[in-house]
Amino acid sequence: MTSAPANPLASGSEPDQTDAAPVTERRALEGTGSRGSRIVGTLALISLAATALYGLVLSPPDANQGNAARLLYIHVPTATVAYLAFGVTAFGSAMYLWKRTEFWDLLAGASAEVGVVFTGICLLTGMLWGRPIWGVYWVWDARLTTTLLLFVLFLGYLALRRVLVGSPSRAKWSAVAGIVAAVDIPIVHYSTSWWNTLHQGTTISPQKTQMGGLMLFTLGLGFLSFLLVYWWLMIHRFRLQYLETRLDEVGLDTAIAERRAEAGRAGTSGPTAAGPELAEVR
Amino acid sequence: MFRDAALVAGKDLRIELRSRVGLNQVAPFALLVLVLFAFALDPDRGVLRRATPGLFWITVMLATLLAVQRSFAAESADGTRDQLRLSGLDPAGIFLGKLVGIAAELLALEVLLLGGVAILYSAHLRELQLLLPTCLAAAVGLGAAGTLYGALVAGVRGRETLLPLLLLPIVAPVLIGATSAFEAALGGADLTVAQGWRWLALLIVFALVYVGAGILAFGSLLEES
Repeated sequence: MTSAPANPLASGSEPDQTDAAPVTERRALEGTGSRGSRIVGTLALISLAATALYGLVLSPPDANQGNAARLLYIHVPTATVAYLAFGVTAFGSAMYLWKRTEFWDLLAGASAEVGVVFTGICLLTGMLWGRPIWGVYWVWDARLTTTLLLFVLFLGYLALRRVLVGSPSRAKWSAVAGIVAAVDIPIVHYSTSWWNTLHQGTTISPQKTQMGGLMLFTLGLGFLSFLLVYWWLMIHRFRLQYLETRLDEVGLDTAIAERRAEAGRAGTSGPTAAGPELAEVR
Repeated sequence: MFRDAALVAGKDLRIELRSRVGLNQVAPFALLVLVLFAFALDPDRGVLRRATPGLFWITVMLATLLAVQRSFAAESADGTRDQLRLSGLDPAGIFLGKLVGIAAELLALEVLLLGGVAILYSAHLRELQLLLPTCLAAAVGLGAAGTLYGALVAGVRGRETLLPLLLLPIVAPVLIGATSAFEAALGGADLTVAQGWRWLALLIVFALVYVGAGILAFGSLLEES
């Protein structure tokens, strides 16, 4: 997974005057994509299109909820994938503290990013669905409250990661924060459900309806689509984080190489003589 | 471990006693918040009395942020963090010490605030055998989570804004539990005292989980800057 993006950067670390410009170009073209990621991306796109087709056109409107029920084809899969993503973050954090390899840290970080996006989509679609069905955008139901807190918890986790960029202890501290957040989830869930049942009496929940075969198929398609989207985003975010951690190390070398190349093109003796000096200072 | 904890806690509490920041700034701030709530919510219509448990614990949480920040400002200045690491104290002991320091300050503040709501919001402080353990369990829980995150953001730029974002969602169960236990004890809500004990149990579980997590994790938080 990590070998593909590493190559262009590795060759860029040699401050060779003639190679500097082509290396930059090649890297810009390559980005974080690869053959594998393009295959996953294409599959995700196809299945998303199929989900849209089945969800919006082919599947029938729900007997009780009408067309609003179509939101569930997005809502339920994003919610499930978000929980999966935070599970991966917790697992990656724990594995990092055990193995201390960069892979687990980057996995945890990338998964939290994607998880927060999916939680956001899940909350948004839930509110849009709640308005016509429940009459309000939000109810203080245990599951909703837990999901909202989860969203804020991992926003905090991401903020911490962002602030710690460049710190030698970033991975370790993030891992601790990730585990602490994960440990909190069951406590939050229990407290909100007790709180809710004691305060509100009954909980509003969607009626238990029998799902038709076509609707079930569409929901399954939704699950497949959003799992593929998760996978595809994970590949890119993982590679991007990998590149970001190397930016500090490689950035200076590249900058010096570029300046040298500029000086070489200018052709005067003064600036080229400054080259070795710069290297020594560094 | 416990000897180290006593050393660290003693140091922190001595700093607090001598600097009097807690007495001169944090406690007046907390009382000010109580007054502000009265301004915001019409005090004559009984809103204030019904909302007393929630307002009490919101105030405690705001004060927790201040207490945690103060406790770790002392550790991040002048390289004291390195000194602490070099001192050979057990990391778990340091964690427990900081926790005891913060929890003791919070407990003192909670007792003060109980007087405050009794006078300003005319709350009847009944069921003290439920109120006081709730205060203690919440102080330990808030102190444990606060110590963990305080250490995490201590050396980081922008920590004043990061700490609330990290800490407040984590301690949401404490707010829910402590508020509900207070509602049960103070009466007014439809909670019975028996249900209050159940919330106290949740607070104790929260405190134990975070004390445990802190003891396990604090070593790796102290390593390297």
